[in-house]
Amino acid sequence: MKVGIIRFPGSNCDEDAWFAIVNDLREQAVMLWHKDTDLQGSDVVILPGGFSYGDYLRAGAIARFSPIMQQVATHAARGGVVIGICNGFQIACEAHLLPGALLRNDVGYRAMPVTIRVERTDSPLTAAATVGQCLTMPIAHGEGRYTASEDDLDRLEQAGQVLFRYVDSAGTPTTQSNPNGSMRNIAGICNANRNVVGLMPHPERAMEPLLGSSDGRVLFESLLATVNA
Amino acid sequence: MKFRVAVHILPRRGILDPQGKAVTEALHSLGFAEVAEVHVGRHLAIETQADSADAARAAVKAMCDKLLANPVTEDFVIASVEAV
Repeated sequence: MKVGIIRFPGSNCDEDAWFAIVNDLREQAVMLWHKDTDLQGSDVVILPGGFSYGDYLRAGAIARFSPIMQQVATHAARGGVVIGICNGFQIACEAHLLPGALLRNDVGYRAMPVTIRVERTDSPLTAAATVGQCLTMPIAHGEGRYTASEDDLDRLEQAGQVLFRYVDSAGTPTTQSNPNGSMRNIAGICNANRNVVGLMPHPERAMEPLLGSSDGRVLFESLLATVNA
Repeated sequence: MKFRVAVHILPRRGILDPQGKAVTEALHSLGFAEVAEVHVGRHLAIETQADSADAARAAVKAMCDKLLANPVTEDFVIASVEAV
């Protein structure tokens, strides 16, 4: 598997994603600059976390117009896998690769471990997980409140596009376990074609016990299983 | 001709606005009990070239649709178009 990691001015989880792919998964990764116009044969594209363009205007709004994003959109339209993590999720929404928007948290910036529940396994990021599996990984964001119209949310639920929800230690989505006020406790979704996935938590920062959790591994192993299938 | 176009961008009504709510509560605690709601948005002052005020307005509307406002969660109003 070859993973292209897009580096925008202000990205800061690009190295974490690279480390997760190369050191933990022993697969190939390539760093792609936002001004590049070639994905260098990447099977999977990761839009990493950070503060692209200083989060000016709205988080992700300006990164969307980077030259490389044209290639990312083409890759996605061809069915190629695109994963947006945190700021990458915001960028994917702003680029209309994913529905909805990520607004300012209901309680300000949050950096803490959260528990998310896997809702579906028919996506490239959850193929190796099980439905109902609870994973602990960190979040670190100020704008992660997933928002869409009630009609759009109903459509997402019916189509099985909600992949992750914030839950408590018993695996139940509660107000208490929702760190940012996301509608319906949504932590991650996919597009209708199921090849573009976005999530606010950071699986790349939960790859080994030293980091406090290795629950992110199953998501990266899912990518590998999808690409090799 | 050069125009200065003023745009207000606000969170769409009905969408939770934590920033507006925090400001409302601060005003209440200062004794402005009459304040029902506050919404915090952005104000943009755009200086641009156009053939007419209408053309400047139309161009700024296109800018809002494409970049300046998020069509999912925000509304925008072009408050004024002045020749400068």
